[in-house]
Order: sequence, then structure tokens, then C-alpha cells
Amino acid sequence: MKILIDLLRYNREFLVGAIFLAVILALVVASFFAPYDEMMTYVVIPDMPPSAEYWLGTNSRGQDLFWQLAASMRNTLMFGVVVALVSRVIAITVGLVSGYLGGRVDQVIMAINDTLNALPNIPILLLLVFVLRDQMSWPILAVTAALLGWQHDSRLIRSVALSLRNREFTRQAVFSGMRTGKILFREHLPYVMPIVFYTTMNNLIWAIGLEVTLSILGFSDINRPTIGGMIYWANAHSAMVAGIWWWIAVPMVFVVILFLGLFMLAMSVNEYIDPRSRLARMGA
Amino acid sequence: MHEVLSKAKKTAVAPKNVLTVEGLKAYYINEHFGVRREVRAVDDISLTVQRNEVYGIAGESSSGKSSLIKTLAGAIRPPMRVIEGSVKFDFGGQSIDVYGEPEQLKPARWRHLSYIMQGSMNVLNPVRRVKHSFHDFAYRHMGLGGAAFWSKVRQHLERLGLDPDVLEAFPHQLSGGMRQRITIALATVCEPEFIIADEPTTALDVLVQQDVLGLIKDVQARMQASIIFVTHDMSVHAAITDRLAIMYAGRLAEEGATQALFDNPQHPYTAHLIGSLPRIGDVRVRKSLPGKPPALSDPPSGCRFHPRCPLAIERCSREVPLMQPSATGGRVACFRAGEVVAA
Amino acid sequence: MTDLLRLDHVTKLFPVGGFFSRRSMKAVDDVNFALSADKPEIFAIVGESGSGKSTLAKMMLGNEVPSSGQLSFDGTDVAAIRGRAAREAFMAKVQPVFQNPFEAFNPLTRLDEYLFATAHRFLGASNRGAREAAADAALQRVGLSLAEVRGRYSHELSGGQLQRIAVARALIPNPKLIVADEPVSMVDASLRMSIVNLFRDLRDELKVSIIYITHDLATAYYISDRVIIMQKGKVIESGDARTVLEHPTQPYSIALKGAVLPPDPAAASAIIRGRQVVA
Repeated sequence: MKILIDLLRYNREFLVGAIFLAVILALVVASFFAPYDEMMTYVVIPDMPPSAEYWLGTNSRGQDLFWQLAASMRNTLMFGVVVALVSRVIAITVGLVSGYLGGRVDQVIMAINDTLNALPNIPILLLLVFVLRDQMSWPILAVTAALLGWQHDSRLIRSVALSLRNREFTRQAVFSGMRTGKILFREHLPYVMPIVFYTTMNNLIWAIGLEVTLSILGFSDINRPTIGGMIYWANAHSAMVAGIWWWIAVPMVFVVILFLGLFMLAMSVNEYIDPRSRLARMGA
Repeated sequence: MHEVLSKAKKTAVAPKNVLTVEGLKAYYINEHFGVRREVRAVDDISLTVQRNEVYGIAGESSSGKSSLIKTLAGAIRPPMRVIEGSVKFDFGGQSIDVYGEPEQLKPARWRHLSYIMQGSMNVLNPVRRVKHSFHDFAYRHMGLGGAAFWSKVRQHLERLGLDPDVLEAFPHQLSGGMRQRITIALATVCEPEFIIADEPTTALDVLVQQDVLGLIKDVQARMQASIIFVTHDMSVHAAITDRLAIMYAGRLAEEGATQALFDNPQHPYTAHLIGSLPRIGDVRVRKSLPGKPPALSDPPSGCRFHPRCPLAIERCSREVPLMQPSATGGRVACFRAGEVVAA
Repeated sequence: MTDLLRLDHVTKLFPVGGFFSRRSMKAVDDVNFALSADKPEIFAIVGESGSGKSTLAKMMLGNEVPSSGQLSFDGTDVAAIRGRAAREAFMAKVQPVFQNPFEAFNPLTRLDEYLFATAHRFLGASNRGAREAAADAALQRVGLSLAEVRGRYSHELSGGQLQRIAVARALIPNPKLIVADEPVSMVDASLRMSIVNLFRDLRDELKVSIIYITHDLATAYYISDRVIIMQKGKVIESGDARTVLEHPTQPYSIALKGAVLPPDPAAASAIIRGRQVVA
């Protein structure tokens, strides 16, 4: 708690990031109180510019952009969080196990790890979209993205686990008869938590970027509102040509706010947990 | 402040004292949620170090010895603060009051006051050749041109029995003992009057330790420098120091000529430290003290050693014993100083 | 009569050098000795850094496998122990005490958890009461009690207390052998002898044999029955501790003994004045 207050007070990046994210989270919360079903079209007058009645205007499909944005933010964030959580579980497990077991097992796991890391993400996802076609849903997409997004972080976690393996307290735990699972998750996990924390932020940004990219290209469930989906529909209706600029501008501005917010939080937390910056704060 | 001044008058300040410490108190002060915690790491310490003398400071972990030398070197940072007292150096005419006018100390560092530390890697830059470390530390203090500087450095290394070619080596190519010898050369190349040596031989093997200690003693004797030598190892103190101070829980327990201290310890803690050392050829059972060194944040009342002391009487838990002249010519802080029998 | 621990021509090679110049270094080179099962003893392995003494300790604990030769415990080849059950049966008989008490306990794990886990695994103490009784009995052996240790973390105790807890934990399975690698080098001087004396009590009262690995000739002399002196992986001198350390015969042992600083200023300063340059 004190850390949070300190960060808000002394770290400008953290403050700005927190404000940006607060705006986004307010939108997400608002989405649950939407007056219209987000999937419905032609519920309001189409093509109205931003006004007192429609804060962010309406689009050519007769949807209120404010409520569309709120639902999109919720869905996009949900996607990002699921990807980040699933990929964290994989990264932690693989990293801790590989680092702890070491030797031959470690070499094999890391060879697989690096092979997967070298695979190009977007082509694989596109291939999946073409194969699955109509069965494609966002949970499948999220799990696939998660399967593609843990390799780098598991390598980071492994490097720490590798150094923990030969520490005396690990050997003491082994000779106390503690089983491998307990050693990994009780004794070693706390030491990799800082890495887990800031890679989660980066992973979240990556996953959202991926979702936006795929949706803009129309490779997702286009009826379900997402940030990328909004831009896809705006393009499909030639919004720029038709002069409905706010249809494009609204999702773009808010995705930038979301990215900046996450990026600044990641940066400030990163700086906070870095031992070198800690020393600097102490006046060394 | 008044107290400090009156103490200063009582102590005869001989001109040959290179370092004079008066009533020094340095505490770590932490404030968390409005709760103030004081750790009295250095608590009312007075001592002097003379020219051409190796002054030992012995103590266990949490005895405050590391805090004391940090304070002496003017290297303290928040949350540690000097509460009272003074640290004064006298480098042949140039006197420096470390906590009166701290800016005086900066130009004197390395030129007059240098350090030998435990981890040689802290001093030698691991990715650059040894000669760069010499350049970084010593060049601007020597006031010599390039060629003259390097010939002086090579001459200095040779005098210490080191091959000047080590200047071209990277630290990782050298053994731990060789690196520690180089840090000694580095600390002494400017011929400083005062050297602070902090556990310089602790991580070394027995044979290398013997050699490194000999090297430190040689250089010191040649330059007639003063050294404060800090280690927990009483045998090392026996080998190198002229006078020795024993610290316990932030205070001095006893101080005296090393030989007298070992022959006739006046403080029960000193007697224990010396008596418990095993020796080859001596099979008598060594006893250990009960209890453990106290936490400096919550020291016992009165004499801080009294809960573990075999000679403790009721008075020891009430009153703080002050440093008094001892029967063997040193100083001791113990109410029962005369009664200690070497164990 | 079987030997408790027997080393026959034990050698351990480690690869050294870079990618192109692979060579191997003999960390342990043809070491032979045996500890009798009938007579518990304190067996000191003395050497400087790089002598191979810590590698030897790891092999005795089954953490490293000899490159050649055989290391057997109670008649079984330690390198051949496979599988969890066999490994746990071995660990119940051979327990370690590590060098740095502040490093040997996870700062985030309560100290009593190590004791309870040991009692649970090796004594089969399935309920809380049995685990606590076993932990308390072991702590009483080393002059502590469960009441003093319960719920504590390593930063709350002194190095001497932690090292006692480490010994207590090692004692819980009723081991036959304790391998102690530099157990007192990080312990404060005023507490050091209490740990050293504890090892002697364990030998005399619990009949546990102890491998005492150290660089300190004086404590080796003080507590051990037999000693081997190692240099660069080889045993260069061995025998009765008192005899070997009082009258070493090999040049290296003589030099090593000569460099030990006695707690006597006159003698100690004479030693550093007569220093010989060692690379």
C-alpha cells in the first residue's frame, strides 16, 4: 500500500499510466450498464457526429460509439488478460522446471523452447483462422496466442531458476525430503515473481496488439465488438471517405491511451523492482 | 556538544596522532509509519591512531565494526547519521575534520587516505586491464606526467615484489591472492599516511593470507603509514597489529597493546575470544559463551556484555562501564577488570 | 564387517576451457579411505580452495557421481542409487550441514518447516504432534527447543543458532553419517566452539560419524580423530589427526601448518615476517 502511494507521488510515469488505465477501466465497468445490446445494429440514428446526446458520435451501422467502445475495451482487455495469464502459467512452469532439473533435460526443453520462439506468430494464427473458419472463437484465439507468447519469458525465468538450483537452501530443502513440486513453487517461485510481474505487462501489450492486428484484417469473430473490430467495420464502410472520421478516431485514440498506460506502468514498475534503481533511491 | 568539548580537553592530543576520534556516536535511524527505530551501531567511541602504527579493530558480526570504519572514512549515508562526536585526521600539518568540514576530505582521499577492501573485484574494474584501475585511482593524485607516473607505478610494484607486467592483465586472469596484492599496491602507490583495511585477508587461503599480511606489514613499515585493520579473526590481529581494540555491540570493550592484550586480557569478553581459539598441540576443551551477540536495535541495559558474562554482578545490568585506564597500560570498560583470568 | 563409507580410487573430472580447447581437470584424483561402521569418528578433510574437498563432499552426498572409482555407503554404490525410494532411504542415513547458515535456509520459509518436512518424510511422522515431538527432540539435542524456533525466519536468529538448527534438522532421520562442509567458517568467533563441541557430543553420544571439511587446521586438530590433507584433488597426507597435524611430513602439509597463525602476537608476527611468496 505504501509502495503504491510512493509510486503515485514520486514516479510521474506511474501516475500518468495509472490515470490512463483508470479511464480504460471506467469504460470497462460502464460496458456492463450499456442501454443497448452491443451486438445489435441500427439501434440509434446512424452517422451522427459527437454531441451532447452521443458523446462519441454514432457509426454507419447505427451503433452508439461510446457503448461500442466500452464493450470493445472489455473484450479486448479480456483477451489480453487471458493470453497473459495462460502464457504466464506455461512460462513459469517451463522456466522453473527446466532451470531446476538442469543438465540434459534443460537442454532438451530449451531446444524446444527456442524452436517455438523462432516460429512466426502472425502466419500461424492466420493459418489457424483459415483452417477453423466459422468455428473460430475468441477463447481459441486467446489460447493459441498464449501458446505462442511464453518462450522468451520462460527463458528469463529459467536463468534465475538455474542460479537458485545450486543455492544451499535448495540443497537443504532436498535433504529435508521436500518434493520437487514444493521446492519449485514454495521455495523458488517468490524469487522469479519480479520477472513474472513485468513480463506480464509486456505480454499484455503484445496480446492486445495481436488482437487488434488480426481484427483489423477481419480474421476474428467480427460481430463481437473489439478495438480492432471497430476499425475493421469503419474501413468496411469507408468511414474516412464518407467523412465519418470519429468512427476511426475513437478506437485509435483509446488504443493509444491503453498502450501508453500499460507501457508506462510496466516501465515504472520495472524501474522500481530493479535493484540498481533501488540503490539509487537509497542515495547510493 | 559541551560534553564533547570537555572530553577533548581531558585527552592530551599528541601531535603524532594521525587520527583522533572523540565520543563518536553514529546511529541508523529508520522511520516507518511514524515509528522511530534507532540502531546504535557506533555508540560513544573515542580512540586515537598514531603515526606508523597498525591499529586493529576486532569484533563479531553486529559488533558495529563495519559501521565504525564507514564513519571514520566519512562514507556514511542515510539512514545512518552521526549524532555526536568528531573524527579528525592530521596528515602532517594538514588537518581534516571529517564531520566539521566534510568537503576537506574529498581531495585527501587516496592521496592521504586509502582503502584495502575484502573483495578485490570491487576495486579492480573487471572488464579493463589492471593498468586502467591504476590510472583511474591514482593518476590525478600523483601530479606526475604520463611517463613519470607509469615508471613510478612499475617501481612501486617491483618494490612490493610484484611483476610490473600484471598491469597488462585483466583481473579475471589473476588468482584471488594476486588480485588482493594488486589492490594493496593500488592503495599504497600514492604513499598515503592512512590506510583503512577492511577484512583484507578474510576470503584468502591460509598460505596466501600469510603472504598478503606480510606484504601489508612490509609496505606499512616502509612508508611509516598508519593502518586501521579490521577483522573478526583474532589470529590475524595477533600477527599484524601493534594495538588492538575489541568492539562489542557498538562499544569498545577493551583497547591496548596487542601483546599485552593477548598476555593479560582485562575484559572477560577479550579473555573469551582469545581463550576459545584452538591451537595445534593443545588438546584442552574450549568452551563457548552462552547466548548470542545482542541486536543493536535493542541492546541490554548497563554493560552490553553482562547477559553472557561469567563474571557479571548486579551492578553490570544497571550501569554502563566507561573506558578506564587498565592495569596493563591500555583501556578497559569493565567493573571487574582486575579479576579476569586468561582462560 | 562392512565399512560405513568406502572410497576406492575415486576420481572426478570436470571439463574446463572454452569451446575449442576442451580439456578436463581432475577435481578429485584417486582418493581412497574408509570409515568403519563400528566405531563412530570425526574424519577431517583439510585443504585450501581448489583442493577438491567440496567436490568430495558432494559425491558423498550423492549430488555428484565419480568419473571413475567407487564410492560406497553401507556396502552399496552411491552412484547406483536410482529412484525416489532408494534415494530417500540413502538421505535418511547421510545428511549434510552446509557452510553458510544464512544461505542454507530460504529467507521466505519458516525454519520449523524444514524440521517438520524432514520428520514427515524420513520418520514417517504423519500427524502434527509426531512431527513436533521429533523436531523438539532434535532441537533439545543441540541445546535449543521448538518453542524458540517455531514460526521464526532465518533473519531473526544468529548464525550460531541457525547452524544448530541445521544440525538438529540433519539429526532427525537418525543418520549414520553427517557431511559438514565448512560448518563454522561463517559463524561468529564466540559461538564457533559451541558448534565444534556439538559435533564431538554427537559422535560420543549418538554414535554418528562426521565428515568435517575445513580449511582450518586448528579446529581440525581440536575435534577430529583422523585427517586427510588434500592438495589439487590428491590426498597428500593422512592418518591420526594429532600425529599428522603435530608432525606433518609432506612439504605442502608442513607449509600449511607453518602458515597457521597462532593466537600469540610474537609467534604470529614472526610467521608473517618470514612469508614465502606463493602464487
